[in-house]
Amino acid sequence: MKHTLSILVNNHPGVMSHVSGLFTRRGYNIDSIAVGVTDNADVSSMTIVLNGDDFIVGQVKNQLLKLPDVLKVQDMAYASSVQRELVLISFSITETNRSEALTICNGFDVKILEITEDSLLIEFSGNSRQVTNVISVIKPFGIREISRTGQIAIAYRNQNAV
Amino acid sequence: MSSTTEAITGGRLMVELLEEAGVEIVFGYPGGAILPFYDELYHSKKIKHILVRHEQGAIHMAEGYARSTGKLGVCIATSGPGATNLITGLTDAKLDSIPILAITGQVSTDAIGTDAFQEADIFGITIPITKYNALIKKADDLSRHFEEAIKIAMGGRPGPVLLDFPKDVQLEKTTVRKATSLKIAPHHYERPKVKGDPQEFAEALNQAKRPLLYVGGGAINSFASAEIKALAEKANAPVTTTLMGLGAFPGTHPLSVGMLGMHGTAYANKAVLECDYILNLGARFDDRVAKYQDFAPNAVRAHVDIDAAEFNKRINVDYILHGDLKDAIREILPFVKGGDRTSWIDNIQSLKKNHPLDFDNSGDSIKPQDFLHRVYTKTKGEAIVSTDVGQHQMWAAQYYLFDKPNTWLTSGGLGTMGYGLPAAIGAKFGNPDKMVICVTGDGSFQMCIQELATIAQSNLGVKILLFNNNFLGMVRQWQELFYEERFSESQWTYNPNFVKLAEAYGIPAMRIEHKSEIDKGVDFFLKDNGSALIEVMIPAEEKVFPMIPAGKSQQDLIEFKDLGKLKK
Ligand SMILES: Cc1ncc(C[n+]2csc(CCOP(=O)(O)OP(=O)(O)O)c2C)c(N)n1
Repeated sequence: MKHTLSILVNNHPGVMSHVSGLFTRRGYNIDSIAVGVTDNADVSSMTIVLNGDDFIVGQVKNQLLKLPDVLKVQDMAYASSVQRELVLISFSITETNRSEALTICNGFDVKILEITEDSLLIEFSGNSRQVTNVISVIKPFGIREISRTGQIAIAYRNQNAV
Repeated sequence: MSSTTEAITGGRLMVELLEEAGVEIVFGYPGGAILPFYDELYHSKKIKHILVRHEQGAIHMAEGYARSTGKLGVCIATSGPGATNLITGLTDAKLDSIPILAITGQVSTDAIGTDAFQEADIFGITIPITKYNALIKKADDLSRHFEEAIKIAMGGRPGPVLLDFPKDVQLEKTTVRKATSLKIAPHHYERPKVKGDPQEFAEALNQAKRPLLYVGGGAINSFASAEIKALAEKANAPVTTTLMGLGAFPGTHPLSVGMLGMHGTAYANKAVLECDYILNLGARFDDRVAKYQDFAPNAVRAHVDIDAAEFNKRINVDYILHGDLKDAIREILPFVKGGDRTSWIDNIQSLKKNHPLDFDNSGDSIKPQDFLHRVYTKTKGEAIVSTDVGQHQMWAAQYYLFDKPNTWLTSGGLGTMGYGLPAAIGAKFGNPDKMVICVTGDGSFQMCIQELATIAQSNLGVKILLFNNNFLGMVRQWQELFYEERFSESQWTYNPNFVKLAEAYGIPAMRIEHKSEIDKGVDFFLKDNGSALIEVMIPAEEKVFPMIPAGKSQQDLIEFKDLGKLKK
């Protein structure tokens, strides 16, 4: 099962290697990792998506908490948090499929960042499934370059609503 | 703390911080990238520096010092090769939870990352083998990193920390000498409050008819011996210890069943099979003790540990108390009831009687078990004993009974050959009035043998008991039992003359070979407080029993008397 861990860490060099090293060393597989500084410049937030049963994820949490630079670890249940990834795609278009491409972009709530004679540069954010979906719809046009972030997440304030 | 705001160099500040932390002794080896620090150390009147012969020796000395005194062990090395020579010791200290501060020189900050002379990314290399490490980038950061490092090394579950100290930062001036902010979460260095329900915890013990206490190295780190004794006596529960826990409960106590695990006593391992309740006190269900989920198959399992990551890591348990062992037992004790456990205790006594530690002492050759027993008797069990790794280590664990904590120094988790001699040296520096004996084998001894010079140069009274079987004995034992006697590369075709070698370092030495020489040998070895080496020639075929073969459980224990069965 996929788990999303949201981790607060001290924002200083080496923390990334401490955290990622822990995963390789203990044989846990990371699907994605996203890092950014929080409103407090001394603290970064990391979102790690990993595959594993509850036992493995429990072990990961315990081991993470043993790292001195890790301040907090939260296991985000899918239903009670919002999860997002961002993707940038540059893909080919032709005279004939140009309007089809634009229609698709509108339908998916995709932002168009650049249009040229023979290409479109788009931006899309959504949950992991939505992002994968958009990529697969664009793929037949011919993707030239793609850049996709890891997932970030935040728990809903109201945990009872779900 | 001196209140001066005068700017001093990073090197000077490091010396002052060590002094303020109460560090009295450091073990080290200088080199280019750490010279400014050594230049400042030169002036220190409070810190004694022991110049070793190899950095591995320095860190094992720091470990022996730390384990035998309960204090922080400190070692120093230069950049590059000096620092990488600390790797084995750091890993050893991590696995055995020994508080060590390693200070390493580093090339100047402007040269870092350029493959400069003697540059090694020791920060990166030591990430997985330290509890905390830091590269000090400015002298202003030093006091903060120093405080974090020491608190983390000593706090919670202890462990090694490393400060990488670039040469220019050692020379840079600073006025910052107080840790301004500690961003590390407090549970990494404060003694946490005990979490869990001590009453419910004790109730499970009260319900038990056949309880067993299983004590690990955490008991030594938490100084919990008195509490464990009180608990065992109140509950009338037998006690087994792990290799790392030896001494945390008196080995001569009537409730002691000795060591558990691969080469533990038959009665301890059988008690595990028969108990209906097992209480893990600061141990970690290591695979040499608890191979499979069916460990203690008939027992309710309970676990006290300061490291929450140990709970249910390998073996699932029914009751958990999270916190310092000493505190936790104090909280449990008031709820523990006496209970009549006569039939269980009788059962244990008959296990002890019917399955004793055993060996064949009939021939003319000297048996290590017998010799260790003589040394035990003669020293009244009061020596501090360090070991290397192999058969001699297990015999020492079996035949020298430890009544006090901090008197048994061995590499448990990593099994580091070469640990014994420097650990004994470190222990002797920390305990000059106690007898310190290093029990070693002809293989292990040669891994840090250069530290004989450290004994000589400090005129230290370290005793070396060398069992010579001209083999890597433990390897040979496995090859004999499980590889059809194919002794692939385990026999020495050359060994030095160990007696002459010791004498070359000014250490009195003697070699004995026949039973008739035992008394003379023991007398020679223990006659005064000076250093001595005794080389005891033992038969290569001598094996360590009992034994649980690798990958097997308590049920599959082989005793000395089963040997015939095994070799059919
Ligand atoms: C550094 C290191 N290398 C290899 C081993 C594997 N090993 C474990 S016991 C042993 C034999 C030790 O021989 P010796 O020190 O002579 O002791 P004995 O078993 O003969 O008592 C070896 C090679 C080890 N534990 N540590």
